[in-house]
Order: sequence, then C-alpha cells, then structure tokens
Amino acid sequence: MSIAKGAAPLVILGLTLLPPLASAAGDPFLTVIATRMVIFALAALSLDLILGFGAMVSFGHAAYLGIGAYAVAVLGGMGVTDLGLQMLAAALAATLFALPTGAISLRTRGVYFIMITLAFGQMAYFVFVSFSALGGDDGMALKGYSTLLGLPVLASGTGLFYVSLALLTLALIGLDRITRSRFGRVLRGCRENSLRMQAVGFRPFPFQLTAYVVAAAICSVAGVLLANQALFVSPAYMSWQRSGELIVMVVLGGAGNLIGAVLGALAIVGLEEGLARFSHHWRLGFGLILVLVALYSPGGITGMIRRILPAGRPG
Amino acid sequence: MSALLTISGLTKSFGGLRVTDDLSLSIEECTTHAVIGPNGAGKTTLISQLSGQLRPDAGQIIYADEDITRLDMAGRVHRGLARSFQITTLLPGFSALENVALAVQARRGSSFRFFRAARAEKALNDAALACLEEVGLAAQANRLASELSHGEKRQLELAVALATGPRLLLLDEPLAGTGHDEAEALIALLGRLKSRLTLVLIEHDMAAVFALADQVSVLVNGRLIASGPPARVRSDPAVRAAYLGEEEADPCCASRV
Ligand SMILES: Nc1ncnc2c1ncn2[C@@H]1O[C@H](COP(=O)(O)OP(=O)(O)O)[C@@H](O)[C@H]1O
Ligand SMILES: [Mg+2]
Repeated sequence: MSIAKGAAPLVILGLTLLPPLASAAGDPFLTVIATRMVIFALAALSLDLILGFGAMVSFGHAAYLGIGAYAVAVLGGMGVTDLGLQMLAAALAATLFALPTGAISLRTRGVYFIMITLAFGQMAYFVFVSFSALGGDDGMALKGYSTLLGLPVLASGTGLFYVSLALLTLALIGLDRITRSRFGRVLRGCRENSLRMQAVGFRPFPFQLTAYVVAAAICSVAGVLLANQALFVSPAYMSWQRSGELIVMVVLGGAGNLIGAVLGALAIVGLEEGLARFSHHWRLGFGLILVLVALYSPGGITGMIRRILPAGRPG
Repeated sequence: MSALLTISGLTKSFGGLRVTDDLSLSIEECTTHAVIGPNGAGKTTLISQLSGQLRPDAGQIIYADEDITRLDMAGRVHRGLARSFQITTLLPGFSALENVALAVQARRGSSFRFFRAARAEKALNDAALACLEEVGLAAQANRLASELSHGEKRQLELAVALATGPRLLLLDEPLAGTGHDEAEALIALLGRLKSRLTLVLIEHDMAAVFALADQVSVLVNGRLIASGPPARVRSDPAVRAAYLGEEEADPCCASRV
C-alpha cells in the first residue's frame, strides 16, 4: 500500500498536466486519448474492487459501461441532460442489474463465476442489440452533451477531461477508504480464505454482493463519460472483448492495488492508441507485451515498480 | 449439570465410506472432553459437522438447548461454538494481529462500515493483542501469518479461535507439529482455558489428553467404542485392543501414556 500512497497523487498530478501539454504540443487529439485513458481507468478501478480485493473475476463488467452509456442516451432523449441526474440514473440501473445477477453469480466459484458473469454480460449485450428503439445493433447518436449545473462543460474536450479526472480522483479516494475499512477488510479476508472467515463468524455473501454492486455503479459512471466522449452509444460498449480488456488492465496493473488498475488502464489505452498508429497489426504487438509482463512481472506494473524501487511491504 | 452439547444419531458418509456412524454423545458445560482415535477414524469429520462446515446425513446436534443441526458456521460462531483447524487455516497476507482482530471485529459492531480504517481501530487491536498475549505470540503481532513458523501458526490458530469469544471450543489437534517447548506452553494454556470454557479436544499426544481431559471418548471407524472418565477408558480392554494397544507396541508413544 505504501507505493499506492506515494504513487496516486503523482499519477493524478501527471494527468492534470496532460491537456496543457497536449495543446503546447499542438496535438489536441492527445487530450482525447488522455480522456479515454481516464475513463477506462475509472472502469478498471471499479473492477479492481471485486477482482483484486474480492477475488471475483467478473467477465461481464463491460455491461455496466453500456448501462451507463445508454442511461445518457435514454435520459438525453427525454430532455434530461444534467450529468448528476444521469449518473444517478446510471448507478441505479447498474444496481438493479447487478443485484440479481451478482446474487446468482456468487452462488458459484472460480471458473464458473467467470462463465456466469460472461453469460450475464452477453445477455445485457443482446438485450440492447434487439432494442430497436435505441438503435439496435447499430447504436445511436446522442443529441448533445450532458450538462453540469446547466452549463455545457462536457462539450469541450478539456472540460470532459477534467470532469472525468475529478470523478476518477473521487473514486480512487473513496475506494482506498473502502478497501481499508471494516467492510474492505472482510472482503480481503474472504479473498484470502473464505473458510477462515466463516470460522470467525462472517458470512461472505452479503459483503461480496455489496462490493459487486458498488463496482457496477462506479463502472456505470465511466459509461456515462464514455457516451459523452463519443456522442454515440452502441452495444459494442458491452462486448465481452471489452470486459476482457478491463480484466487485462487490472491484472496488468497488479490486481488488488488501486493505483495499479489506473496505471494498467493508462498503459493499455496508451498501447492501443500508440500501436494503432504504427500498424494495423497492433494487437499482435499488444499480445506480445502482455505475455512479457505476465512472464517477467507477476505483480503487474506495480509489482515491477516495487521491485525497482525499494518500498515497504504491500498490504 | 445439564449438557451444553448433545449429539444424537449423527451419521455421515463419503460415498460408501461411513465416517460418522450413528454417533451419540453428550458434553457437560465447563468440562474438557477429549476425542481420541487412530488416523482416519473420523475425528476431523466430527468436528466439521459440529462446527457447521459439513452437514450430517442424519442425526441431531443440540447446543445450549437449541437444535443447530442446520445452522451455518457463522451462526454457530455467534452462539459461542468455535473451532480450530487441524490443517492451519489462516489469512496468509494479513498480520498475526489482523488475523485475530478480524475475529474480534466479527462480534463487535457491524462490519458494514466503509470509511474508517479498520487497522486503526484501537478497541479491536487491544482485544486482539490480549488474545495473542494469551497464546504467547504478542511479540510476533505485526508479522504476516505466512511468515510465522509452523508452531507459531498453531498458536495463532488458537488465538483466533479464542478471539471469537467461545463458550465451547472445538480443538482439532492443536499440538500437531509443534516442538516440545511450544507444546508445553500450549498444554499450559489449555489448562488455563479449561477452567472457563468447555473444550472438545482432539489430540494424539496422550500425555496431554490424560492431563487435561475430564472425559475421554474413543472413536474408531466412525463409531464410539468407549466414553467415560480417563482412568476407566484407559483400562477398557476394547480400547487397549483397538487403540492404545497399538501405541504400547511403539515404545516412544507408550512412554507418554
Ligand atoms: N471430504 C472428504 N471426502 C471424502 N472422504 C473424506 C473427506 N474427508 C475425510 N474423508 C475420509 O474420511 C475418513 C475420516 O477422515 P477424518 O475425519 O479426517 O479422520 P481423522 O481426523 O480421525 O484422522 C478418512 O478415511 C478420510 O479419508
Ligand atoms: Mg483429523
């Protein structure tokens, strides 16, 4: 945790400086990429709560990105453009989907949990594919950006970036507290040894389900932001490949380490965009890099940093 | 005196193997009841059914005048029925203190608290440290459970069980694998606990068993072949033939009986 403590403010500070640097470099597209990084960092962070701290490997987490994005489309279509209201609606919808599907998924363990969350994710995907009023398979363009206190803050690239960064920072601080709290300690304990936790009097299920729902709600906020960036929503937001990418971000960053999930997301989005500029076969290079990290750095990016810098014990 | 725990007709099979065979037993409050028997006799399986980890196929478990046969493990722990594990079951990435503090947390207030750092809760830490002191592990409080020696892990296992605030403690071979000095210290600790708790003790160390137990039951192939005060069980011909006799053939163990 010591590395997370030192690294988190540095990472956030570094991100804060990106838009001015981008405009100094005369490449506004860099801000677009940076925004994408921050939004996916928020999604990966939410997944880390259940995957890293709860050992619940959800392969359907992108469903909540989609639910958040469609919340913007539906509410925007009804003329409700306020970002706060849209985030609230997104979190509510995510909770409604996460409660029953999480409760069912948590009846299983290990590979079965991965499979069943994948199945629920695909279910959400196909529901939106068949929803013709929302554009079906093709998706739909949004009428406009969400507003903040009636102001079109998100209409500018920099505005969207800083709102996203503020939400990421909030989530980082909030999740840091949650994972150290009594609740978080029980969650981490169940990750390490469920039998031990039951033998001291805990029932893991309500703790795990609560974490599952909180992660879903946070991820839906990332979906709200993503819809604003693209001004477009489609079922592709919730594809299983997207869920897989989120897992890769968390694992690459070092599961169970919040700033690791952020760094993992930054690295993956950065690699995608960077490699895509060089070659259409970027996925190949991407795969190669992942294999190298898996082979040489079991703790992901944070594990690598920890080995380079002599730091305190994790935990 | 009324019985704190009453088991009747308890039966459990794994496939075709009957591991608990129509077992009935009654344990008085504030007594120490040792269960002995050869390896594979079904002692751990019995403890697992009493603690709620395993469901019996048939039979009934009455604890403090309540039928707990279908109650889950957490429910039993909250009623004061706790166990320790023969195979060390700890949270390896947590410090010794936090392993114990979690057990204290489980019975003190809600764990649905999301903001305050649990590790800084002094009341939990103080109670946990007291348990570590009781088992003689206070000096290792801040070391990770995974870094402790085997003997220290056994001590920690006991400290965690104590921290649940038990009324009846099920101890599955607490001395297994400990060195001579550690075993001596643990036996002394069990002697102190004996006066304030009800203990069900599974142990192979016969010296410890006969020093601590008020009652001894002998389990062979899932069946009780004898139960009663130590002196009577020790002289029971069936027991000598089935169990203790084997050990007398072994000079090392015989000397400890
Ligand atoms: N989960 C299980 N599945 C199948 N067989 C088991 C299981 N647990 C224990 N057994 C078998 O039940 C018998 C009793 O085991 P156990 O209760 O561990 O004995 P003890 O603690 O007296 O050495 C052994 O033959 C063991 O192999
Ligand atoms: Mg055993």
